[in-house]
Amino acid sequence: MTTTPQPMFDTDELVINMGPQHPSTHGVLRVVLRLDGERVVGSDVVIGYLHRGIEKLCESRDWTQIILLTDRMDYVAAATNNLGYCETVEKMMQLEVPRRAHYVRTILAELQRIASHCLWLGTHAMDIGAMTVFLYAFRERELILDLFEEYCGARLTYNSMRIGGLPLDIPPGWDRKVREFCGLMEEKVGEYEELLTHNRIWLERTKGVGVISGPEAVAIGLSGPALRGSGVAKDCRKDEPYAAYSEFEFDVAVGLAGDTYDRYLCRLEEFRQSLRIIRQAVDGLPEGPIVGKVPRLIKPPAGETYHAIESPKGEIGYFIVADGKTSAPYRFRVRPPSFCNLQALPRLIKGHFVADVVALIGSIDIVLGEVDR
Amino acid sequence: MADEKPHAGQPSPPQEEAAASAGPAAPKPANPAAAKAAAGPAPGHGPAPPSGPTDPPPPAGTQVPAFIEALQAAFPGAIEQVSFWVGDWTVIVSADRLIDVAVHLRDTPGAKFDYLSDVTASDWPPRAKRFDVVYCLFSTTRRERVRVKVRAGDGDPVPSVTAIWPAANWLEREVWDLFGVNFTGHPDRRRILMPDEWQGHPQRKDYPLEGPGELLMENPLDWLRLRVAQDTADIE
Repeated sequence: MTTTPQPMFDTDELVINMGPQHPSTHGVLRVVLRLDGERVVGSDVVIGYLHRGIEKLCESRDWTQIILLTDRMDYVAAATNNLGYCETVEKMMQLEVPRRAHYVRTILAELQRIASHCLWLGTHAMDIGAMTVFLYAFRERELILDLFEEYCGARLTYNSMRIGGLPLDIPPGWDRKVREFCGLMEEKVGEYEELLTHNRIWLERTKGVGVISGPEAVAIGLSGPALRGSGVAKDCRKDEPYAAYSEFEFDVAVGLAGDTYDRYLCRLEEFRQSLRIIRQAVDGLPEGPIVGKVPRLIKPPAGETYHAIESPKGEIGYFIVADGKTSAPYRFRVRPPSFCNLQALPRLIKGHFVADVVALIGSIDIVLGEVDR
Repeated sequence: MADEKPHAGQPSPPQEEAAASAGPAAPKPANPAAAKAAAGPAPGHGPAPPSGPTDPPPPAGTQVPAFIEALQAAFPGAIEQVSFWVGDWTVIVSADRLIDVAVHLRDTPGAKFDYLSDVTASDWPPRAKRFDVVYCLFSTTRRERVRVKVRAGDGDPVPSVTAIWPAANWLEREVWDLFGVNFTGHPDRRRILMPDEWQGHPQRKDYPLEGPGELLMENPLDWLRLRVAQDTADIE
């Protein structure tokens, strides 16, 4: 006699709530998880807790006042946000930016990339359980914040660029300090690698977790290292060179497997490529003015444009509409890389353990200030 | 909606539009000057609200990219306008043909716009079709950008492109949340940044910067009545 075996226990699905106050969500992110045992079978990402209406606010501020509002979006990469905004307005007004300003901007943007990746590495490793890396990475990030403090007086929200150039020239001796930092950082990246790259626990926790193929990553709109980890070499610094990137030699790091480990390797290689760019920029820093010919009243002609640059998180784009009459943008829109990358989270965590959700939130590198704006 | 004219200096925007579109071959710097001359600020009212973006046509002698020409050949009549400004190409498409155009742009070998960077909108209240829904496309193989634009009135259906580019899912939710553009066929059309029970769409131009509270404060009696109603509700 044959009977179909009956399961002894119900396998009901359990809905649990992760966040908004949860240390591993890097801010106020709420993820509603539907679990079968410890496996995630479905999820819903709830955002908006940090929505401050920056886009609406920018539509009532004049063109120069907006620079410091852009600081408040991705607050761990403020200089990149400044750069993207200033370049967009320069594109609308067809302004010529002096070469020296381009070089200093590139140095600032790449220092910012290293600082942002340090923060990512520290928190991502700590989420997975490696406490030491957190302390190491934050130690080096501190050195970059010191460099920024010496340049513009602020450590987090820099307001470090102006439409048409820079507010300040670099202080005397700053380039030497940047060079020293590059030498030191090169060593430290090696230390991070020693701690993690061949660490068995790290490999267990990251290899094969959250795999996404290249075409799928492109379709879902991933950008930055999260996309390059899947083998797609999309990098605005190469594709549409801005600032002074066309004058430097550097490589775009791409992964193969598209998992958490390859995204980690990509960012680690970006440390080295950023250092390579900074060294070239400091060595070749041209003399000259730091601000181009800018009209006293900044008022772009009527029209609309979209300009994208590569932030540490991915493609940050500004879509700005000017009406040519008022002294504020008619429409101010940011394409936030964190927002678009976070969209892939439900797809990435499906079928993984709850502990991997934490690893994957860290792996796509989000800043909630930018997700919600 | 387009007939309502709140200010005295209203006739200026159509004039300006005419000035901008009259000379397709006119070089770019002529536009702002013409706009300034035509706008003529209404005394005491400030500049009148603009009735739409300029969308300048490409200057004479500009080579239109091959994929736009192919698109015009493939869908005669669907492309309302082609615009070019500071190096950006924009294709303005009628809403009912958007899906065909999107599939064509994604799959045709000469276009291959496989990456949807951004979906956003801008609001021009004096115009009958008040919203411009803007799709920023990028080709990861050809490294080129183009923008597709659709004009839609309040409540007019705009087909969702989520099936073509899954990236549009959250971006369209945001546009729905902040502008109230009616995307049809979207798999999950909920608010995303504002609370679910929120009334209104904050990025619209007629929505006050400081929120609906400002509207109430225009008439302090309304505000007082609301306070009293809330207090009594709390006591009950």
